[in-house]
Amino acid sequence: MKEEIIIAGFGGQGVLSMGKILAYAALLDGKEVTWMPSYGPEQRGGTANVTVILSDKEISSPILDEYDTAVILNQQSLDKFEKSVKPGGTIIYDPYGIHHRPSRTDVTVVPVDAMEATFELGNPKTYNMLLLGALIKVRGCVSVEDVMMGLKKTLPERHHHLLPDNEAAIRRGMELA
Amino acid sequence: MSNTEVKGDVVLMKGNEAIAHAAVRYGCDGYFGYPITPQSEVLETLEAMMPWETTGMVVLQAESELASINMVYAGASTGKAVLTSSSSPGISLMQEGISYIAAGELPALIVNVMRGGPGLGTIHPSQSDYFQATKGGGHGDYHMIVLAPKSVQEMADFVGLGFDLAFKYRTPAMILVDGMVGQMMEKVVLPPQRPRRTDEEVFEQCPWAATGDASKRGRNNIITTLELDSHVMEKNNERFQQTYRRIEENEVRFEEYMTEDAEWLVMAFGSMARISQAALNSAREAGVKVGLIRPITLWPFPYDRIREISSNIKGILVPEMNAGQMIEDVRLAVEGRVPVKHCGRMGGIIPSPSEVLSALNTLIEEKK
Repeated sequence: MKEEIIIAGFGGQGVLSMGKILAYAALLDGKEVTWMPSYGPEQRGGTANVTVILSDKEISSPILDEYDTAVILNQQSLDKFEKSVKPGGTIIYDPYGIHHRPSRTDVTVVPVDAMEATFELGNPKTYNMLLLGALIKVRGCVSVEDVMMGLKKTLPERHHHLLPDNEAAIRRGMELA
Repeated sequence: MSNTEVKGDVVLMKGNEAIAHAAVRYGCDGYFGYPITPQSEVLETLEAMMPWETTGMVVLQAESELASINMVYAGASTGKAVLTSSSSPGISLMQEGISYIAAGELPALIVNVMRGGPGLGTIHPSQSDYFQATKGGGHGDYHMIVLAPKSVQEMADFVGLGFDLAFKYRTPAMILVDGMVGQMMEKVVLPPQRPRRTDEEVFEQCPWAATGDASKRGRNNIITTLELDSHVMEKNNERFQQTYRRIEENEVRFEEYMTEDAEWLVMAFGSMARISQAALNSAREAGVKVGLIRPITLWPFPYDRIREISSNIKGILVPEMNAGQMIEDVRLAVEGRVPVKHCGRMGGIIPSPSEVLSALNTLIEEKK
């Protein structure tokens, strides 16, 4: 098993956190993981992306030319990474704010109305968890239990009262996908 | 430590964080540093860990890189296990101090999480300080042991290795790594916590150290790098060189991958070795017999092994995140027997596996 994932969107949308929780969940499952962020003067409003690789075997390059799965949160990221998904791969994206939808026909395209759902759920901070839920539903690369455990380990204890909200968002994301 | 999660001994953390955790667990006595991207997490993690309340390790944000390296110089003079970390421009500022530490025959660990230069350059990854680290960025005939980790695990492991070698040979050691390994998170098994050495142990293990107690030793140990009598200075130089020869004989470390039947060779260090390995796997799938040698110590460099293998191969590709630096050492070893070609990017751009693969294919085409 090897899953090569790019998660890309605006800084502040929780792109890096989503990748971290995913990587942590896979670690709990005994997998090898790499989490390689775009780092630099990024801030809220700028673009941010992270490459996450989950594998049963040792991972060679943490930098990739193409990906099995892209989780896309804005138009710039879609423009940049749509062409980098392997034929037969998956694009999961939130249509909110997207003017030019993915046009490729050789990949599975999964729109997830996460922005809409996050307002229904009432906690916009769980936006990234909706997309993480969609990702694990579509790709099955980690279990929801490991994700919850990963979340618990990743979230500072003072925020642990938010765990139920996050779990609700993950489960809603799974439904949406 | 928001980026650090623990599950038993297996942790998910950044390379920079692994340096900090490994230093505390080694029983390190002091860290002195000044923040600079992409390695600021080393100092941040140490401050969050507050080891002064557990092991008694000192963590100090100095006023500058010059202050940091001179605090390391002083700490090392007393036989303590001390380190600093910085990134390229900061390491340039430390060169005078590193030369003094080498001349004082002192053990110390310096971590350089490289960014692109020259000048302030970029904050993105680079390997362009290879020359500076391996050929002596400071003045005078000196060397330091240079370790090049490729993973977060090796970041943790090489802290202990670096200190052990530094103390064994009384010489500075450097961990030379690019910002990519510093910033990425991977699974890592941290070493067990060791106690810091007691003053008595330091006194016993470091008979050269300036421990401030002349009566016990029966003499004053004085650490100085100034010697106005040229004949005495030459003797000092000869002693340094003997140490370097012993290191060259005993401490060359490298890793080989698929070299048994290789007709072509890729040589790369640090993260470039991993990117190259991905390219190599693709080439193997296409039936190209290619192997990889990754130097783990950049100084001492594995000249002998490269000289030996160069008689059995058709050419060598040296992918680096710079304009071609390690390639000069490869060429020294190859002595013109086969073509040695560079490929790489500069300015903080990380080459992709496909770029390395295409350079490899070009090398093979040209030879035909």
